Amino acid sequence: MPQAEYIGISQVTGPFILLENIGRDAFYGELADVRTPGGKIRRGRIVSLSDKAALVQVFSGTDGLVPENTRVKLLGRTLQVQLAPSIVGRVFNGLGEPIDGCGPVFGGRRVDCNGMPLNPMARQYPRDFIHTGISSIDTLTTLIRGQKLPIFSGNGLPHNQLAVQIATQARLMGAENFAVVFAGIGIKHDDAEFLTRELSERGRTNNVVTYLNLADDPVVERIATPRMALSAAEYMAYDLGLHVLVIITDMTSYCEAVRELGVAAGEVPSRKGYPAYLYSDLASLYERAGVVRGCGGSVTQLPILTMPNDDITHPIPDLTGFITEGQIVLSRDLDGKGIYPPIDVLTSLSRLMKDGIGKGFTRDDHPNLSSQLFASYSHVQDVRSLAGVVGEDELSKPDRQSLAFGELFENKFLRQEKDEDREIGHSFDMAWDILSTLPRGELTRVSLDEIKVHIKTDK
Amino acid sequence: MNRVGYVSMINGPVIRATGMKDFGMREMVHVGKLRLLGEIIRMDGDEATVQIYEETQGMKVGEVIEGSGEALSVSLGPGLIGGFFDGIGRPLSALLEKEGRYITPGIETPMISPDKMWDFTPAAGIGDMVSSGTLLGTVQETSLLLHRIICPPDVEGEIVWITPQAKVSSGGMVAKVKNALGRAIDVPMTQRWPVRLPRPYRDRLRPNEPLVTGQRVIDGLFPLAKGGTAAIPGGFGTGKTVTQHQLAKWSEAQVVVYIGCGERGNEMTDVLEQFPVLEDPRSGRPLMERTILIANTSNMPVAAREASIYTGITIAEYFRDMGYDVALMADSTSRWAEALREISGRLEEIPAEEGFPAYLPSRLAEFYERAGRAVTQSGENGSVSIIGAVSPPGGDFTEPVTRHTKRFIRCFWGLDKNLANARHFPAISWTESYSEYAGEVENWFQANVDPRWGELREKARAILLEDEKIQQVIRLVGEDVLPDDQRLVNYTAFLVKNGYLQQAAFGADSYSPPEKGFAILEMILHFYDRGLELVKQGVPISLIKGSDAVEDITHLKEFAADEKSSFERARKKLDNHLNRVGVERTREEGGAK
Repeated sequence: MPQAEYIGISQVTGPFILLENIGRDAFYGELADVRTPGGKIRRGRIVSLSDKAALVQVFSGTDGLVPENTRVKLLGRTLQVQLAPSIVGRVFNGLGEPIDGCGPVFGGRRVDCNGMPLNPMARQYPRDFIHTGISSIDTLTTLIRGQKLPIFSGNGLPHNQLAVQIATQARLMGAENFAVVFAGIGIKHDDAEFLTRELSERGRTNNVVTYLNLADDPVVERIATPRMALSAAEYMAYDLGLHVLVIITDMTSYCEAVRELGVAAGEVPSRKGYPAYLYSDLASLYERAGVVRGCGGSVTQLPILTMPNDDITHPIPDLTGFITEGQIVLSRDLDGKGIYPPIDVLTSLSRLMKDGIGKGFTRDDHPNLSSQLFASYSHVQDVRSLAGVVGEDELSKPDRQSLAFGELFENKFLRQEKDEDREIGHSFDMAWDILSTLPRGELTRVSLDEIKVHIKTDK
Repeated sequence: MNRVGYVSMINGPVIRATGMKDFGMREMVHVGKLRLLGEIIRMDGDEATVQIYEETQGMKVGEVIEGSGEALSVSLGPGLIGGFFDGIGRPLSALLEKEGRYITPGIETPMISPDKMWDFTPAAGIGDMVSSGTLLGTVQETSLLLHRIICPPDVEGEIVWITPQAKVSSGGMVAKVKNALGRAIDVPMTQRWPVRLPRPYRDRLRPNEPLVTGQRVIDGLFPLAKGGTAAIPGGFGTGKTVTQHQLAKWSEAQVVVYIGCGERGNEMTDVLEQFPVLEDPRSGRPLMERTILIANTSNMPVAAREASIYTGITIAEYFRDMGYDVALMADSTSRWAEALREISGRLEEIPAEEGFPAYLPSRLAEFYERAGRAVTQSGENGSVSIIGAVSPPGGDFTEPVTRHTKRFIRCFWGLDKNLANARHFPAISWTESYSEYAGEVENWFQANVDPRWGELREKARAILLEDEKIQQVIRLVGEDVLPDDQRLVNYTAFLVKNGYLQQAAFGADSYSPPEKGFAILEMILHFYDRGLELVKQGVPISLIKGSDAVEDITHLKEFAADEKSSFERARKKLDNHLNRVGVERTREEGGAK
């Protein structure tokens, strides 16, 4: 069926154009091709529709449009992405168009990139633990297959390095069909280069799919980029049966783009100028992780966001934390001490960990051991602030032991090399060794039996 | 009369329509060729504004709108228990069968399958006069729940026909009632009720019975009454959902309605997988046999999120009307408030605080006031307790939703970020939280658990409070310079926090009956009393606390509630230790003289 073409638009505001005298066939969310006077085609989408006019949001911007000479063709479909087994190993732009010079994707099927909400009854509760070889993550914020676990970072912290380490070391017990989908949203050329290079050099080149929207690419495309990547991930997981790890960076750029468009559309802003629907909008991305009953694969999300001013209460990390299943928080303080990975374990959390660890999953002592580490390391913070006031010499003996424990914990347990793959059992034993330096009365979270087995008493 | 309107504008979940003057405000409508479900929320002459409970992508201007003739309603009858519904009451299992793993727009499916058969036992006979609340018959829905079919509120008259003892389908009729005007009214097995209208009851009762939750910090320090209202506010990661799950599992209610409002899909899956295998501690039957789940996960359409709260509370009231104690968990009410805000924004209403509509407090009040302990229309006692989670942005309790919620609830369980970071769960702060029911339910605990319940509670709170002050001093000068009596308070508070308040959400300690909590607290305070005597005699604190016998108090919670002998053994060990340091001290003094 030939599609209607409209000549001339009546208004251009920011990335939006107004199309008048619209026909009855136009539908909400429909995709449009906008032809510039120079003959170039730009993609757009109907974001508001009435019986008189349609508001079209133009991806890649409205620069250079001449209202009278612009032609708009409605395509009769929504924003879609072409998916086939051959996308593995390919690089696409933020709208899902190939940019690696290998030509278009053939075959497979087109899917609406917005996805659809998964029926909670179709889900399977994620319980399979992913071995990352990083002590602080494996022991204290265990990553589970099908989880969405963001990295809360700040500018200048090694979040990209950590993401690469997780992606390359991640092992699913007894599963080899593993793939990575990488979505770069508004990231710097250097970062994109680092991530793609590291992922390929460390032997994952054959199963990475990349969707890139760089910092100087059009802002509007940033809305589409993660949706493209997640559609690809869902396809690979549920159709091809792969276990997919999705790395999305940087969610902050995404949220900024949502705000920019919201303001341009004249919406009533909520906190810090972000639109009121930012929560629902973010949820429509983050909720696209999980394990589906009866499908072989899984989608695990590892979104990275840089907290503006390292402020965890800023709307972006705040809303994210309310949706995701925990968070890994990087600490500028630990980074300053030269500790890698600088994971602030106390504010980090894995919500799915409770059901994926312990007997039958990792090791019997894991739940209580991690709880004890949190309690003891949290006490270290209190003692440190006390020592800051009265001086270390004035501290009681248990307090001094606590300080020593803190040092050991950070320098032995947290610190590891950028390519060090530490066996989880080894991590546990290290933790027990360190706990053995504390007085027994402080070990309130582990059971009496565990104390007998694991705590070395040289008294 | 064929009432038909047409779509004239589409903006996300809010659409405008023309040709609507015959429709009613708050009427449920079907929109477009997909027959998406919507509700009329504003009328202006021929035009109406409709909020759509499903995704509107793909909708065209000019599509047809049909009225349904009723307000947004739910079906109430046997078949609800163990069910899992979306925000507007569609059963998710039926959606899964019909449409597969994704929830696609425009699926119509009855809330309770009309073909399901039930064993109906009549409780009234032909010729009986019935009115609202009269028991007509019963259905044993699950082994835990006897479903009472009662006469709906608007029916009154003489029974002219009633089903005998037989199988009746959910879609069938149980009785015919002739009213005063001589008209026969059918009473169906499955009744309909508009969700925004509270169900009537005869009288309100004082909330003076506790809703035992099996959580020591709640039962012991900040108890909730049956028919009470509580809020759990906390920033992300402070354990709102885990606490809500704990309450849903172990609360002493006959029916639990759990609303996942704008939260994670996996959390609902977790409940779905756990509850059928977890046992109710009182009856030993699977928890699912008393649970109803309602989910509008954060990626499901936002307008249905607003409706989910009402769907849940209406179901809760229905079971209250049968004379049951119902506990309703809403996780999280902030998402519901945000849904109100989002719709309000699309309607271009003038916002009040932080973009929330000015009617937010009145909506909150309406919701929480639907809780209560009441004499039902049938003359029995029933209750609906509401426990609402609140998710304040940035963990800031001064934001509008937390602040307004505080005005309408009587039990406040504030979650503390620092406790959560130290993985002290439940992370309910003992300084910020309060319960207005504590005094009212104390008599029950004293009659049913121990006459010293109130006394010990006061004492524990006093110690925790004094410890807060001592902590401030410790932060400045360190522990060593404190006098021994204060160090004893400090140490006792440590025991209370780690041995009593802290409770694992999993394993044997997950459900702690009040008797067990009392035994632990009694032991800790016994240590304090004896310790204080010793301190007065001049025994140094390091000797008093320096023993396995004392440290083991923090491990008492590992024992099961009925292991009386273990508690006695631990107490004997503690007494022996305290006696010994006392005697040693006396001997030393004797030696010195």
